[in-house]
Amino acid sequence: MQLDVLYFAWLRERIGLPRERVETHAATVAGLVAELAAREDRYALAFADLASVRVALDQELAEFTAPLAGVREVAFFPPMTGG
Amino acid sequence: MRLSVRQAAFDLGAEANAFTAGLTGAGAVVTFTGLVRDEGGRLAALEIEHYPGMTERAITAMMETAARRWYLADALVIHRHGRLAADEAIMMVATAARHRAEAFAAAEFLMDYLKSRAPFWKKEFGPDGAEWVTAKDADEAALRRW
Repeated sequence: MQLDVLYFAWLRERIGLPRERVETHAATVAGLVAELAAREDRYALAFADLASVRVALDQELAEFTAPLAGVREVAFFPPMTGG
Repeated sequence: MRLSVRQAAFDLGAEANAFTAGLTGAGAVVTFTGLVRDEGGRLAALEIEHYPGMTERAITAMMETAARRWYLADALVIHRHGRLAADEAIMMVATAARHRAEAFAAAEFLMDYLKSRAPFWKKEFGPDGAEWVTAKDADEAALRRW
């Protein structure tokens, strides 16, 4: 399965790119995170503290336990600070 | 209802007037404007990043919820992104309802949700460099009252 994976704010800075196409067989968000973190130090660093990472699946907030079946776009970012 | 997510500055007076002029049957309009705090003169600039697409989706959903819950006659949200200087207006919310309690409550609801459920991230530039603003527990707690 191919996914568009997006990174924002300090996750984007730590990983060093705003988005990428990822080939994965991960069943859940947590599985995808484990695959990414195993790639390189910069990914491991970005995902070191998941308590400060949020995820959206196809632009809707989701949990790390959420399944990836049918998903096209996954975004990782810190807690939001708008307003 | 109108939502504008943009880089450009907005004219608060003109927006409030246009919003009010379009109303029929409303008895109350509340407007809130958020400004860039200068943090005691330490802030050189604020950069706001957002997630195009999700930002519009998330805010539209909040506005629809507010409109249903408080029977709003109309609602407006303007939120800027990009680089802003101290004292510039970041965003505004306007709500119109039959009575002021509904208009105030809907504006506060939208503000609370914009703070922690709309995908914006602020980075502050000061004398010691740049730093991402961290979300406050109080912002998350504020959602529980709704």
